[in-house]
Amino acid sequence: MAGLIARKAGMTQIFAEDGAAVPVTVLQVEPCRVIALRTAEKDGYDAIQVGYGKAPRKQSRAEQGHFARQGQEPMRGLREFRLNEGESFEIGQELTAELFQPGQKVDVSGTSKGRGFAGVMKRYNFGGGRASHGAEKVHRQMGSTGQCQDPGRVFPGKKMPGHYGAARVTVQNLEVVRVDAEAGRILVRGAVPGSRNGLVEVRPAVKGA
Amino acid sequence: MRALDDVTRDQLRDDIPEFREGDTVRVNVRVVDFKETKKGLERRERLQAFEGVVIARHNNGISSTFTVRKISNGVGVERVFPLHSPMLESIKLVRRGRVRRAKLYYLRALRGKAARIRERRV
Repeated sequence: MAGLIARKAGMTQIFAEDGAAVPVTVLQVEPCRVIALRTAEKDGYDAIQVGYGKAPRKQSRAEQGHFARQGQEPMRGLREFRLNEGESFEIGQELTAELFQPGQKVDVSGTSKGRGFAGVMKRYNFGGGRASHGAEKVHRQMGSTGQCQDPGRVFPGKKMPGHYGAARVTVQNLEVVRVDAEAGRILVRGAVPGSRNGLVEVRPAVKGA
Repeated sequence: MRALDDVTRDQLRDDIPEFREGDTVRVNVRVVDFKETKKGLERRERLQAFEGVVIARHNNGISSTFTVRKISNGVGVERVFPLHSPMLESIKLVRRGRVRRAKLYYLRALRGKAARIRERRV
């Protein structure tokens, strides 16, 4: 099913009816419009291409042309959402927060916070070395990388320090707690990848009920 | 931040009396328990009072909390309440206290006479 683009406004909490404090992420839905359609006959799959946001002041001729060809006002960017069978959308159709209902499960994808070149403790939750008892310069090191002369090499895929974060991350099965269509806000239970003001894709959950 | 304020505004309580660290308050907490009857589990709600000294306040919009400490049967008990929780029936100011810091964690090491707090006159 289709999804939409939203901006992560941040996290807060709301009280449920039974008094429990529910941690929620507030997603501010960007203006979303169907710009183009992908069809099984023509493209091999069914999807909608969704434009979001306000058009930037400068846009390449190619991008301008793409929007003009579809007879649409230019927008900031484009994302595609695969469609299930039997679903149909029209070009120019606006997508709003009402696409989702409270209680529904959604998947949210976004770009995680960049952590730069990170060590193994942060990147892979290694235990590190001892803080005291004679430990010298090994407090945050990764320990052994493998065996001895046989095999005599480090196996591919060995977890080592390196670039961490700033990658596409999807969190599945977040519960929609509240939908405010008027303000264009969706509240989902729990955390969502990325920093505040980061763009995220919200889709109905592929797994689970 | 505007979006976050909008979302929580209608849940903020405006019936909370002014109180600060060092004050003694009486918090009436709604307690929900389930009693077994012939018809199955019956939901019952009652009020439970917790009275003690406010030793900390944490101000953060809807997530604001306050910590109340009391000595119960010779044992120090602290409870952290969400300030805007609908589970709090009421908060009553019992006594104002004069203290010189915002977090009274030093009270944990004191008991009896030493843990007294001077009354604040207004």
